[in-house]
Amino acid sequence: MTDLIRLTDVEKTYTRGKEKIAIFERLSMHIPQGDFIAIMGPSGSGKTTLLNLLGGTDRVTRGQIEFDGKRIDKMNEGQLTNWRAQNVGFIFQFYNLMPILTAAQNVELPLLLTNLSQSKRRENVKTALNIVGLSDRARHKPREMSGGQQQRVAIARAIVADPKLLLCDEPTGDLDRTTADEVLGTLQLLNRDLGKTIVMVTHDAAAAKFAKRILHLDKGHFNEQELAA
Amino acid sequence: MASLFKQVGAVTSMNVRSIPQRAAMSIASIVAVALAISVLLFFLALSHGLSQTVEGSGSNDVAIVLRDGAGAELNSVVTRDQLNIIAQAPGVVHRGQTPMVSGELLVIVDGKKRSTNTNANMPFRGIGPEGLALRHNVHIVQGRMFRPGTNEIVVGAGLLREFSGFEFGRTIRLRGTTWQVVGVFEAPGTVFDSELWADVAVTQSLFNRPNVFQTMRVQMTSPAAVQSLKRFVHDDPRLQLQVLSEREYYAQQASQSTNGFTIIAWFLGVVMAIGALAGALNTMYASVAARSAEIATLRIIGFSGYAAFFGTMVEALMLSALGGVLGLVIAFIAFNGRTTSTLSSGFTQLVFKFELSPGIVISAVVVAIIIGVFGGFLPGIRAARVRPQLELAAQ
Ligand SMILES: Nc1ncnc2c1ncn2[C@@H]1O[C@H](COP(=O)(O)OP(=O)(O)OP(=O)(O)O)[C@@H](O)[C@H]1O
Ligand SMILES: [Mg+2]
Repeated sequence: MTDLIRLTDVEKTYTRGKEKIAIFERLSMHIPQGDFIAIMGPSGSGKTTLLNLLGGTDRVTRGQIEFDGKRIDKMNEGQLTNWRAQNVGFIFQFYNLMPILTAAQNVELPLLLTNLSQSKRRENVKTALNIVGLSDRARHKPREMSGGQQQRVAIARAIVADPKLLLCDEPTGDLDRTTADEVLGTLQLLNRDLGKTIVMVTHDAAAAKFAKRILHLDKGHFNEQELAA
Repeated sequence: MASLFKQVGAVTSMNVRSIPQRAAMSIASIVAVALAISVLLFFLALSHGLSQTVEGSGSNDVAIVLRDGAGAELNSVVTRDQLNIIAQAPGVVHRGQTPMVSGELLVIVDGKKRSTNTNANMPFRGIGPEGLALRHNVHIVQGRMFRPGTNEIVVGAGLLREFSGFEFGRTIRLRGTTWQVVGVFEAPGTVFDSELWADVAVTQSLFNRPNVFQTMRVQMTSPAAVQSLKRFVHDDPRLQLQVLSEREYYAQQASQSTNGFTIIAWFLGVVMAIGALAGALNTMYASVAARSAEIATLRIIGFSGYAAFFGTMVEALMLSALGGVLGLVIAFIAFNGRTTSTLSSGFTQLVFKFELSPGIVISAVVVAIIIGVFGGFLPGIRAARVRPQLELAAQ
């Protein structure tokens, strides 16, 4: 399988005052196209930091990140913003829907960054809501929906522009078991049927089992745990 | 580009639709802008109304003659010789054989203000026989005009309203002489309404100013004749005098007040606008803070920092525009077209209207826009700088 993402000798340090905090010193990893990885690890181990680096919302201190053969660590802010819009869908623990917008309007947001016509946008929104099973909730505002439904709207928003990569930070952290399993099932379906590459951070071992493999992040390094496909 | 417009549109519409969640602050900043704008409009309308009134009163074909450089009537001196020369100038209207000129002398006497019962300076004007005819809007409303050569006085209705001691029919003592009030005249909208008038020759002798005038009023045949009189006076070395049409003279007298009002307008307007600007900045910073998780989310999704900036700018501009409109509405309802009067240092009483003009309205709009632009700019930059990071979006 070809690699979608390749991290080579990535260093990430934060400076807090005079103090330097190294999160990663020489982190390397390959993520093949179509992979579904769960990343686990203690709090503060750098899981969110890793997602920020993969998603181009933060920059490496040193090292390389290739995505589909392109060096995203070399891009400027504007290029990176456009790159994110085209290639990455984000799913958050607290859904991060715009409270003032309906489900359909929330899902449409990434399409406003494309040149698609309004009718084409509407069509894609419909398809995305269909995939997550929420066609009947298109006109609902976030507060009129359950947590699980809101997260599925967020998933629809993440996939509507057809990105190759989905990044999820604790996507089920705020949901009960049954709802969480539904949401995870949806992610699994996106991975299996639509070929989306997914990197999901989770604290929940049961959630991690939905992935193809689990990586344990500790002290800046991975320990891999294979799962049956 | 097309995408940027869509982004800005989407962000702006979200911001604006979420204003009700920040209602109290937003309303406070709208009100602050409205107050600043209405105060500015109040004084500008005052100044404009005053100058409109002054420009409208006063004739074009009556000339006022003062000593060159005198500025005000009280500093001026015109001699009898000068008066005689001008009376013979071309373009002066004659009634029979008599030129229509009035040499005048203004002195100050004491009066009592009714409202406060305090002493005040009353203008006491000696006028020539043609003095009344030379003032087009002055009418005797009670009693009669004084007879030349006697100690008789007529009193302006405005003065009578504000000051006591000069009631019709009364005998009064001024400078050791007895005077009789024989009439009341009205001169609406002019300074004369608050004056006392008597015969100029009597005034000269009883106030010990023989053969001295301060001003001279001349009825000319036309406005053009006023202009030729200016040249006539300029070309005669004996006449170190200044000639103005009555209208020009009033405009000059009023310009001090109107300039004063304009300065007050801009001073108070700018001070209050700075206050409103502080309020707007506060509101917009609060708005950016309240939306920072949303902004971070949009930035992560791929919205640009410009969209966050312009969204904030447009919100600020909308709030200040609403404030500006409210200020204008207040101005139009509360005072535009209302009548007021000014009584400045006991001399000039003028009744005039508050009057807004298109120029004034435009100034107010510009001030509101400036508040919006400055109130939105820095918060907009803060919005644009919200980093697109997951942990920020997770708040
Ligand atoms: N902007 C920043 N400035 C300084 N330090 C930071 C910054 N962002 C993260 N860190 C630090 O980096 C470390 C890793 O943070 P990160 O958020 O990636 O952890 P995490 O594994 O996601 O933890 P959790 O499970 O609690 O979400 C933490 O010690 C954190 O304090
Ligand atoms: Mg985290």
